[in-house]
Amino acid sequence: MSDAPLLEVSNLSVGLGTPGASLEVVHQASFTVADGKTLGLVGESGCGKSITMLALMGLLGPEMTVSGSIKLRGVELIGMSQRELSRLRGNRIAMIFQDPMTSLNPVMTIGQQLGEAIAIHHHGLSRRTRAERAMELLKLVAIPFPERRLLQYPHELSGGMRQRVMIAIAMANDPELLIADEPTTALDVTIQAQIMELLQRLRAERNMGLVLISHDLGVVAEIADEVAIMYAGRICEKGTVPAVFDRPHHPYTHGLLASLPKIDRVEDKLTVIPGSLPPLASRPKGCRFHPRCHYAQGICATEEPSLRPVDDVAVACHFAETVLTATATGHEETSE
Amino acid sequence: MTRYILRRLISIPLLLLGIVSIAFFISHTTQGDPLISIIGDRQMDNPDAVAAAKARWGLDKGLPEQYVIYLKNLVTGDLGTSFRTKQPVARDLLVRLPATLELVIAAMLVGSIAGIVLGVIAARFRDTMIDHIARLAALMGSSTPVFWSGLILLYIFSVVLGWLPGPGRFDARAVAPETVTGFLTIDSLLAGDFTAFGQAIYHLLLPAAVLGWTVMGIVSRLVRASMLDVLSQDYIVAARARGAGELRVLLNHALRNALVPTLTILGFTFAYLITGAVLTETIFAWPGIGSYAVDATRNLDYPAIIGVTIIGGSAFLISNLLTDIAYAFADPRIRLS
Amino acid sequence: MTDTAPPTVAPTVSRSRRLPAWLKLPVLIGGLITIFWILAALTVDSWPLYDPIEMVGRRLSPPSAEHWFGIDALGRDVLTRTLHGARFSLLMSCAVIASAVAVGSLLGAIAGYAGGFIDGLIMRLVDITLSFPPILLAMAVTAAMGPGLRNAAIAMIIVWWPAYARLMRGQVLSVKSREHVEAATASGAGHVRTLVTHILPLTWSPILVNATMDFGQVVLLAASLSFIGLGASPPTPEWGSMISEGAVHFYQWWICAGPGLAILSVVLGFNFLGDGLRDYLDPRSR
Repeated sequence: MSDAPLLEVSNLSVGLGTPGASLEVVHQASFTVADGKTLGLVGESGCGKSITMLALMGLLGPEMTVSGSIKLRGVELIGMSQRELSRLRGNRIAMIFQDPMTSLNPVMTIGQQLGEAIAIHHHGLSRRTRAERAMELLKLVAIPFPERRLLQYPHELSGGMRQRVMIAIAMANDPELLIADEPTTALDVTIQAQIMELLQRLRAERNMGLVLISHDLGVVAEIADEVAIMYAGRICEKGTVPAVFDRPHHPYTHGLLASLPKIDRVEDKLTVIPGSLPPLASRPKGCRFHPRCHYAQGICATEEPSLRPVDDVAVACHFAETVLTATATGHEETSE
Repeated sequence: MTRYILRRLISIPLLLLGIVSIAFFISHTTQGDPLISIIGDRQMDNPDAVAAAKARWGLDKGLPEQYVIYLKNLVTGDLGTSFRTKQPVARDLLVRLPATLELVIAAMLVGSIAGIVLGVIAARFRDTMIDHIARLAALMGSSTPVFWSGLILLYIFSVVLGWLPGPGRFDARAVAPETVTGFLTIDSLLAGDFTAFGQAIYHLLLPAAVLGWTVMGIVSRLVRASMLDVLSQDYIVAARARGAGELRVLLNHALRNALVPTLTILGFTFAYLITGAVLTETIFAWPGIGSYAVDATRNLDYPAIIGVTIIGGSAFLISNLLTDIAYAFADPRIRLS
Repeated sequence: MTDTAPPTVAPTVSRSRRLPAWLKLPVLIGGLITIFWILAALTVDSWPLYDPIEMVGRRLSPPSAEHWFGIDALGRDVLTRTLHGARFSLLMSCAVIASAVAVGSLLGAIAGYAGGFIDGLIMRLVDITLSFPPILLAMAVTAAMGPGLRNAAIAMIIVWWPAYARLMRGQVLSVKSREHVEAATASGAGHVRTLVTHILPLTWSPILVNATMDFGQVVLLAASLSFIGLGASPPTPEWGSMISEGAVHFYQWWICAGPGLAILSVVLGFNFLGDGLRDYLDPRSR
């Protein structure tokens, strides 16, 4: 293996429609993931996180245009043929999805789907070897009675079990990078913790890079090493988890953190970011967050801030320093 | 699941009784006098002959009485005697059934396979020229009268090009294999006579293609629609994320799911096929139930008409039941509930 | 200086020059074909054509400049007869569809509205009728009543009404429970009044779409019955019976080419039109 970083994404943009008259879904996203590390990608639904991940996998439809650079161990993925990409998918990069019920093929047994995941990248394995390997995988993700599960259909399993199966499928070929797109959103709270624990264990055991997409800051704070906050198709702040979470520089990050219920702090009500995520077709000019921002000034409506280093994070805000001072001096009163 | 099938099975005799009754009463409200077709025009002025024929065929009794007699006989498998062939209708039908089944099954196979291929291709290349052409071909299939396309294709392939034989089920000069099942293809194989087998297939090609084309139209439309539905599902993205190639995604993941709803229309397709078979058999001089039905209606041979209608109706009912069962088995979510 | 500038809207895909989504090339073609045949059915007598019944050329002569579709076995012009055939096929199919819709909708509406025993009775009749392969039922009925256009039409109405009864019953059941209908019943409106003024107006669109789509199939079945010899009888220039005559003179392919293409174009035309109509009335069903 070369010394190149596991995943290096720079200036990744995704557009919808023909070049020129297209809508930009993701704008110039850049981030890296190192071996054995976890990157948390946080944002509201519709902000472009899942699209970014599908772009990484080369799974966007022909109506989407992708530009920029995605390097896996120094090898450029953009411009690769689907054939070459499909050799990487499920092999070196694997992905698990939000809803394990709809992500498993309803007319194939668990065993068939696991066997397929193995067979796609390992031709000529005997049926028996595949079955043995499938069993091992189910044991790896701690599914009880694995031999019985192999013959069952997805609808016969609980949600948590299904997500374990999805993870087993993703682990089938020992991937270097695992992308988990809101892996626990569709699950019960008690199951959520178990699944996160499983992911963390697998990442550590196999020194695998993990990208965790979530809108749950709590989960990200607990698991991730680095975090990138996304708003309306842009990364607005990124850095190590302690740096970003303890001292948010972007008003959006701050808003997100302030809206978390905290057990150690008794509050009358939760802080809420006013307004809502603008729809794709009518994203505001300038800083995309400015209509919802307390700190916005004239320049925010006209000039788009670029990602710049402030302290030990990177942030896209004209007034990052102001925000930091204001929030550091205590929790500012929220206006209704 | 089993309870559902049982309930369906119980409803079948009732529906059958309805079919029999309706077929019986419709054909007995006739305005033409069936006696003409029994004894011929000239004998109609001879009162003795008329009375004798009436008594002989049970026409002197009242309608309710005839109905009861008919039902009684039906239970023992007696469908009456054909006015025209003077043979038991049940025997006539039994002799001709294999020819029709052979044609319909061949058409179903040809049509379903072609329809599935066409539907998958159309869905894969959605909204491109390929899709438009595939859809037009499918629509033509269900819009072309088979009695016309049959004639035109027969003219082109048999008369002009000489590639395929003319009407008929077997070469008149050749020796047909010994009848065991009545299916020429199977019988010739049983007899180990491969020349005869080739002959049977050779004669089957064109009518099966003509009839199969209508099936293809229905099947490909449905396969396309359900493929499009399935292709937008999460598990398709998940399969791609697993590294599955395009062909594997289409056939292993999408088609397997898309075929489940397609099964539901097989029963409906069967009804379509019976309609088509009646006309196709007429064009291709195919000695099956369809051409028998046409001869029967032309001759006001109503024991034969009721017989055919009852057989057709029951076949339709049974095919619908089989479709439901097949559907349940194809979808593990239903099968295991 | 105010610091709240109104958010500028990003450019969206221009939509103004596009045709409405349901109006596509096939729909246009379908519409043109349909209009052509309707015109032919209504005004064919004043078109510059030959006489459809009289001998106008040498028997069985192939297509030529004077006779584009050739001459049939009795010396009649095939093109003339094909165009005249529109009258029989279209009028008959119209009558069949209209009657089937009327009878079926009425019985279906009654079944859905009344429920209980009446519903059971009507729907069992529907089930049984739908258990017959359409052509066999039509053949049995036509044979029983005697061949002829009128009887074939009656037979086809008997074949087709149950489909509309089922459709209408479903519609009525879904509309019946809506609030304004319950309000009408509560305010003392009579059954007939509630059904006619509050329920039926909401149910017509699927019926219309189905009727348009079915039209082609009715044309096909009508021609099939005539082909078998149960519908129109010679020398009526009906498409099915023309093809039947052509089948005898099988080597003179042009005799049945004209009527065959006519049937094909009518069925295709109404299918296209029905597709467009469905997209127009219910854009979600695509």
